[in-house]
Amino acid sequence: MNIIEVRNVTKTYDGGEGLVTALGGVNLKVEEGEFLALVGPSGSGKSTLLSILGAINPPTNGEVIIDDINIYELSSERRADFRSEYLGFVFQQFQLIPYLTAIENVMLPLAITNRSTTEQREMAKAVLEKVGLGNKCERLPNQLSGGEQERVAIARAIVNHPPILFADEPTGALDTKTGQEIMDLFKTLNKEGQTIIMVTHNMDCLSYTGRAVFIRDGLLEKTEEYRKKVI
Amino acid sequence: MLFLVIGMVIGITTIVTLFTITKSMKIELGNKFDQIGANMLIIPKADKLTLSYGGVPVSGVSFDVKKIDSSAIDKIRTIKNKENIAVVSPKLLGGIKVNEKNALAIGIQFKNELRMKRWWKINTDAGKPEQFEAKPQRMEMKNTEVLLGSELAAKLDKKPGETVNIGDQSFTVRGVIQSLGSEEDNSILLDLTVAQEILNRPNMISMIEVSALCNTCPIEEIVAQISEKLPQTNVLAVKEAVEARKAVVDRFANFALAISVVVLLIGSLVVFLTMMGSVNERTREIGIFRSIGFRKVDVAQIILTEAAVVSILGGISGYLLGMVVAGSTAPLIAQMDLTIPWELNIAAGALGISVIVGLLASVFPAYQAAKLDPSEALRFI
Repeated sequence: MNIIEVRNVTKTYDGGEGLVTALGGVNLKVEEGEFLALVGPSGSGKSTLLSILGAINPPTNGEVIIDDINIYELSSERRADFRSEYLGFVFQQFQLIPYLTAIENVMLPLAITNRSTTEQREMAKAVLEKVGLGNKCERLPNQLSGGEQERVAIARAIVNHPPILFADEPTGALDTKTGQEIMDLFKTLNKEGQTIIMVTHNMDCLSYTGRAVFIRDGLLEKTEEYRKKVI
Repeated sequence: MLFLVIGMVIGITTIVTLFTITKSMKIELGNKFDQIGANMLIIPKADKLTLSYGGVPVSGVSFDVKKIDSSAIDKIRTIKNKENIAVVSPKLLGGIKVNEKNALAIGIQFKNELRMKRWWKINTDAGKPEQFEAKPQRMEMKNTEVLLGSELAAKLDKKPGETVNIGDQSFTVRGVIQSLGSEEDNSILLDLTVAQEILNRPNMISMIEVSALCNTCPIEEIVAQISEKLPQTNVLAVKEAVEARKAVVDRFANFALAISVVVLLIGSLVVFLTMMGSVNERTREIGIFRSIGFRKVDVAQIILTEAAVVSILGGISGYLLGMVVAGSTAPLIAQMDLTIPWELNIAAGALGISVIVGLLASVFPAYQAAKLDPSEALRFI
């Protein structure tokens, strides 16, 4: 069953010297439980596509249907609720809040839910243990290594149990070994049924995914399948 | 944020200092004016007005038209606002000859009159004519003693310690009052009972001066209450004293208000600029909040909560510091020995103003933060 369906999506920007086409008519289907990589060089449009899929950047034309919801027909505030309920983001460079501890960073997405602080803390603690940081909950981001910060970012993205997880260059700021550990973590999450869409230009990461979609100049160039989806 | 708290503290400190000093000045000035002298005159109702005292016409001095009975003194103490009455000083006025020279005799109750006229400078030592009684209100006077006005003393060539004669009675000059530029300068002040005997007007009074503690009372009401008790008299409020007090205090209060408004405006601007700066600095952070599902209202709430916390800290610290500054600078600013009271309502006011200013100045920054486009804020995605 398709959890995401992208229909004829285009995106043009006013680049100062006329309109710039970032995406020129993209069609894409993502199945539930899939681990998809969006691959392409800088400026290819992959990050634009990720932001459109992530319900934060309306396309110029076309539709994005997630779980039968046409997300850009929702109002801005309803779309915020949708992001809270459906999507988890692992940003480039981790993007942790520097003055909050690891557990407080992970609790952020729960802060806007009706859960009590105790429940939020328990959930955050459980997910930090899952990513192997149960003993570093009270540390500030600058007291953690790059790999650990990435794990906190992943914990923050999945603490709400979102159906879809987006990751933007998750290994970009990490050394090879740590990058592999993080990809192992993503693979484990995917095996548990988590749908993951990852933007990368690191070809070494592709073996961890099920499918890679190559983008060039705002168009889908080709698709490579590596393994069947887990569920 | 630290500088924002400091800014708020300075602003609230200034306001609390000015407000507290103004308030204390009102109380102290009120007390001072009440001490200075009469703020009401009670004179008989009369058709003919012949002499004046203190700028107020006094009837019957020459012609014995009407008098007030001594019982009026006690009646004044029975009005509803009797606790506001500070000093009641009855007077009997009449023309007499002192050492064969014409003079105005003013019969007074020394204790009450001196309590009311505590600014009088009375020389009691003939050897030291420039030295005056430090506290005339504490002087104990006998009924065989008199005070002389400066002009009369010069006319009679009498100094403290010497004696003067009225008819066949002789009196010791206890002191000479330094020139006041009023009727007292050419007067002899003697005990009321003695004056009543000499002038042959037993139990009679020409006028009564009343000093009321009017910091807490409406003087017009007291005037009405006394008029009711003493229907045969005219009760006049000496409005000038009251008005003067009000004018002085009001002028400082207006000044303090103007400064406070300027400080509040500057404070608002500081909060506004700091919060706008904070929002701009945290664009990416706000983008993260928005992309993980925070609504616009959630983001605005974060900014406003921060402003409220800063304002509360600033308000409390500003109040405490303001009280300390007021306590130490009040004597310099107001030129008075002020008591600075710790009051809950001033603390609440300082906190309230701080929070209101902090929140109002943060509304636009909060709005700006809330309407940040998450994709713009996270341009790197």
